[in-house]
Amino acid sequence: MTDLSKTGAALGEPVSGAAPSAFLEVRDLKVHFPTDDGLVKSVDGLSFQLEKGKTLGIVGESGSGKSVTSLGIMGLHTAGQYGKRKAQISGEIWLNGTELLTADPDHVRKLRGREMAMIFQDPLSALHPYYTIGQQIVEAYRIHHDVDKKTARRRAVEMLDRVGIPQPDKRVDNYPHEFSGGMRQRAMIAMSLVNNPELLIADEPTTALDVTVQAQILDLIRDLQKEFGSAVIVITHDLGVVAELADDILVMYGGRCVERGPADKVFYEPRHPYTWGLLGSMPRLDREQQERLIPVKGSPPSLINVPSGCAFNPRCPYADIPKDDVTRTVRPELAEVGSRHWAACHLSTEQRERIWTEEIAPKL
Amino acid sequence: MLTYLIRRLFAAAVMLVVIITVVFCIFFLVPKWAGVDIASSFVGKQADPAAVEGVRQKLGLGDPIYVQVWEFFKGIFVGRTYAGGGDTIHCAAPCFGYSFRSEQAIWPVLTDRFPVTLGLALGAAVLWLILGVSAGVLSALKRGSLWDRGAMVVALAGVSLPIYFTGMLSLAIFVFGLHWFSGTYVPFTDNPGKWFTGMILPWVTLAFLYAAMYARITRATMMEILGEDYIRTARAKGLREPVVIRKHAMRSTMTPILTMLGMDLGALIGGAILTESTFNLPGLGREVLLAIRNQDLPVIVGVTLITSLAVLFANLVVDILYAVIDPRVRLT
Repeated sequence: MTDLSKTGAALGEPVSGAAPSAFLEVRDLKVHFPTDDGLVKSVDGLSFQLEKGKTLGIVGESGSGKSVTSLGIMGLHTAGQYGKRKAQISGEIWLNGTELLTADPDHVRKLRGREMAMIFQDPLSALHPYYTIGQQIVEAYRIHHDVDKKTARRRAVEMLDRVGIPQPDKRVDNYPHEFSGGMRQRAMIAMSLVNNPELLIADEPTTALDVTVQAQILDLIRDLQKEFGSAVIVITHDLGVVAELADDILVMYGGRCVERGPADKVFYEPRHPYTWGLLGSMPRLDREQQERLIPVKGSPPSLINVPSGCAFNPRCPYADIPKDDVTRTVRPELAEVGSRHWAACHLSTEQRERIWTEEIAPKL
Repeated sequence: MLTYLIRRLFAAAVMLVVIITVVFCIFFLVPKWAGVDIASSFVGKQADPAAVEGVRQKLGLGDPIYVQVWEFFKGIFVGRTYAGGGDTIHCAAPCFGYSFRSEQAIWPVLTDRFPVTLGLALGAAVLWLILGVSAGVLSALKRGSLWDRGAMVVALAGVSLPIYFTGMLSLAIFVFGLHWFSGTYVPFTDNPGKWFTGMILPWVTLAFLYAAMYARITRATMMEILGEDYIRTARAKGLREPVVIRKHAMRSTMTPILTMLGMDLGALIGGAILTESTFNLPGLGREVLLAIRNQDLPVIVGVTLITSLAVLFANLVVDILYAVIDPRVRLT
């Protein structure tokens, strides 16, 4: 990556090795899992930056590498993986000036929970069923703060109150199964924010919740972000969630980023056929009811045998437009399509603009 | 909690009455249908008819079955007097029957044999819990390693080899070969030190079998638990891995092990027949084996009742412990 005219730097991607200016910067992250059937390339070259106070939405279907990316940042692919064949991770993850992949694992462990925290998809299974909510929050606090149990408990009650749990001084002694789904997720959020982390990763925070509760949780995350000024990564397959929260959107397909840019750009001027597919398959109230949703045909790619060329080509309705079968032989790299807006597609920018405005946008 | 306990104790009592009735019927009614005269089998083959008739009167074998069951129950609480055939035998409460083979009441025999079996079962349980659980946890944490494979091969051997093989082998080596142990049972009350050394071989032999089972269960459970989301959460908090294992994974792993322990202990207290006969321990298991050989029905009934009592009690303890460990289990 030395030829700056051709590589990432020209596209706004910094040179590897040097500490970045961004709060969180992921460079060419690869997470591969050796299995009996072959190497699963869950994440295969992902780069992005995130500043404090900003929210990045990572969008993609199941198996696109969203969660693997977040667990990779947290260092949870290598912590406590007993006897399994270890995940192969390469690239760089810079958090606040520290490179996490080459750092001492115990140092990364100390960052977990304090500098970076995570909210999981299903709060019922993510909370230990045998310990009270209070015990679990107190534990999270006392790992990183040398305080007695009383102080930690006061802190837990305070956090529960902050995330909107009524009667926090009573509910703190409840077990997770005594909470409703939404309350559990609030408690989970309280637990992850108890140490004021600067990076919060929310992995599908609303997927397991009632629709009525989803909006409350999203509002809560947004309010807390304003209050704590942390950087937030929201991982979801629900475009509605990122529309609500995200400043930037990163669309993943087959372990790679296919489009990245400011949220309104990705929503209103998307430049990748897969993003079009995602938008087309999203139900909207302002659309005529008789019209059908436009699904993305086919199924997600195998991460062991990722299609050659553009990973999306077997499902892409426009794969035959570029000449010389280039979509099936050459993997497209991210290219700038607008200000701070990148997409990886073999179609020319003009072709994509035309298809979007003429064929896709009117149907949405 | 208290109401739950009272309800469970009451249920256990009802269960016990049912068990006693069923056991009594099986042992005293079925022979009758099969055409075997219990009275004559009690007296012996060359008995004269008068003696047989005496025993029949004493035991009330001529009475209808419900009268017999009632007499049996009454005996447990107020004692019983066997009269007829010239002599009178008194069996003090709690009377669980009277053996006409050994000419003695059952209850003192049971209370005499019970501590031996209890000591054997509890000692072995401590041993197999320590061995089995730690081997299982280590295997789960080092899965696929040489240690894991080795431990699981030993565990498979432990499950497959019967007590009378491992027991005999250890007797041959350590008692008759190396003369490390005497091979005779000394009651705890006589000499605790000698009791302990005498029990080492039986404990180890019995624990080997169970430790093997527990190691396999622990390994499987632990591996499953380690894949749970809340373990990932614990790591995401920044907990040290040993704490994740000890505080978060172990607690969940204990529940199925506890269930097994309750049932196994209950069954063992009812008589570790193979171990006791191999090592010549005067416990309930050896007693019931002798009783079966001698067709000493009252003893068999007595031991069967003790076994069911032990299983009932062990299950009650397990249920209570379960609620202590798992808050989702509500004792109401």
